[in-house]
Amino acid sequence: MIGTVTPASKMAEGVPAVVSSRFGVPDGHTLAGYTSSGSYKGYEAIRQVLEMSPAQVGAVVKDATVLGRGGAGFPAGVKWGFCPPGVWPRYIVVNGDESEPGTYKDRLLMERDPHQLIEGCLIAAYAIGAAQVFLYARGEMPHAQERLAAALNEAYAAGLIGKNILGTDFSVDIVLHWGAGAYIVGEETALIESLEGNRGMPRLKPPFFPAAKGLYMAPTIVNNVETLANLPWLFNHGVEQYRSVGTEASPGTRLIALSGHVNNPGIFEIPQGTTTFRDLFESEIYGNGIRTGHELKMFIPGGASAPWFFPEQIDLPLEGRLIGGQGSMLGSGAVVVMDETTDAVRAALRLVRFFARESCGKCTPCREGTTWEEKILQRILDGHGRPSDIDLLLDVADNISPGPYPVAADPGNDLEAIPFPPRQTTICPLGPSSVAPITSAIRRFRHEFEAKIVQRDLISVSSEPFTDLPEQSSLAHGAVGHV
Amino acid sequence: MSRFSPANLRLAQEIIRRYPVAKSATIPLCHLAQEQDGYLADDSMAQIAELVGCSSAEVLGTASFYEMFKMHSVGKFCLGVCTNISCQLLGGEELLEHAEQTLGIRPGGTTADGLFTLEDVECIAACTEAPAVQVNYRYFHRLTPQDLDQLIEELRSGALDDVVPAHGTLGKVRQDLGEDRIANITPPEDQIEPVWLRRHRELAEAAAAADAGTPSTAGTNS
Repeated sequence: MIGTVTPASKMAEGVPAVVSSRFGVPDGHTLAGYTSSGSYKGYEAIRQVLEMSPAQVGAVVKDATVLGRGGAGFPAGVKWGFCPPGVWPRYIVVNGDESEPGTYKDRLLMERDPHQLIEGCLIAAYAIGAAQVFLYARGEMPHAQERLAAALNEAYAAGLIGKNILGTDFSVDIVLHWGAGAYIVGEETALIESLEGNRGMPRLKPPFFPAAKGLYMAPTIVNNVETLANLPWLFNHGVEQYRSVGTEASPGTRLIALSGHVNNPGIFEIPQGTTTFRDLFESEIYGNGIRTGHELKMFIPGGASAPWFFPEQIDLPLEGRLIGGQGSMLGSGAVVVMDETTDAVRAALRLVRFFARESCGKCTPCREGTTWEEKILQRILDGHGRPSDIDLLLDVADNISPGPYPVAADPGNDLEAIPFPPRQTTICPLGPSSVAPITSAIRRFRHEFEAKIVQRDLISVSSEPFTDLPEQSSLAHGAVGHV
Repeated sequence: MSRFSPANLRLAQEIIRRYPVAKSATIPLCHLAQEQDGYLADDSMAQIAELVGCSSAEVLGTASFYEMFKMHSVGKFCLGVCTNISCQLLGGEELLEHAEQTLGIRPGGTTADGLFTLEDVECIAACTEAPAVQVNYRYFHRLTPQDLDQLIEELRSGALDDVVPAHGTLGKVRQDLGEDRIANITPPEDQIEPVWLRRHRELAEAAAAADAGTPSTAGTNS
């Protein structure tokens, strides 16, 4: 049962495998495998890049519009340009602390093709002039850490990292660093705090935009693993071919982790913006249909932080802006499918509990708010909910993320979509993310909440025989098991 | 006893040298201590503080933030059942309940024989293989309650000792980054513009100056 991850990674016809071409190659993680298999020859891109000027390299990445694959979807080339000129050193931090529920593309990229990521790091380091690259891998992924360590050792021995790379004046170290279990460390300023040896709490932006004041208060570029893994293919095949896949605004491919109630869950590399959720769920090469005999109830389009979508949104293409306009986000490319057997309150509670457990505690609305959201949902699920609890949940949510929270349209009730992103009273988006499942579930499945709260009344009615209880007893008032 | 062995102390010092600021080595050293002892002891945190140049309270402050660091001894096998959304949808919560019954402990507890610590964990990035379990961070996929019982039996009998190392051991391969290999460990305050960037900037400036018809001053004014 160990190491049985064999996620399907079939490609649609005519779509190049930009980052996943070595997922099925047994020795794709070794230097020999990297240079002899896959959709391009390994370590050719860095040879070409070293012939170019750093500014030209940055321009290629900018022209190709390599969007960040970590969640925010910001163009990497533009991000690189934010480093203030003439301020040294500059650092690169690779965000491999993947822990968004539903997501596991970065783990595969690190385990199956570590050299691809290393080459991507080298290209980025050359372009921005990094003094050092820190590769931050999630603590709970020892296999990825092993593969990365072995690949780094091989690449150092081959003169591909370290001093005078490939005989040029380009020198850089890539240091493998690993985390120790904290979701919030995936936020870039928290990642930097963690890398400095501190508690992983986000920093206030401004002034601590990493590109200006990041690691050790020096300009720092934080890039996601998948973002950097795109670069070797880009430099082998050129901007034109890169942009020939996907759409104008979102070129290239995305790795999508499809999980939940589908017949064929897996990690799929799909062209951005041209594949719809329906294709993803129903196509034989992807999900191969909703679990047989069941029908779609709702789905999460981009990780636990994303507001839910429903059957009406199934024909939307997987493209960041379109999904944002419909009240959610593509985020980290984690699509979770839920069929009609799913209890909306139970699913919402599980997601909220995650955010409550992972709140770092720095901002009060999130630290207190997520905890209360969890308590209230738990008591509703346990049959102890109060009639005012639905409004109370929305009120707590409003304290974390004021104003209309992003939600998908509900044509049945004549409700428009409210676009992403949300507003926040917190430093980072973790707190507002906890609001996503609550508002999604209540807007669409309010009756499920109400049914559970009515059930509470039944419970209190059935406790009526206990009339000999003292008047002050909480049980006599039907108030059992809550605060 | 909960101090680094001589070999681990050398390794700790090598790890510290990879970072321009020693405190960055705090988490890797906590992992090293946990690998040695199975958990993170007070003595270890005091020694790490000496090594990275901070107070032991600061090391505790950092370590206590992270789920993976255990401040007291735990079972030989930390069995983490994922109950987050993708696993919940396919029976993760029921699997956890089954594990509680099989082992006779609640999440956070350790069996009397010291073999198993049960944990209710958040997403472990195996969502398409739900419900998933990690034992000392090694994956087991798509488990039914019966599979889980079998797994527990195999772990108990030692049949999986080759694939599941004792708690605290993460990657078995380490990055080899000795002093002879490191290209640049200058502290941040002493860093200057990298040579390749400077060379290209001077080339560009010379070209611009030539275009403007004035003599090149490149290289004299960096």
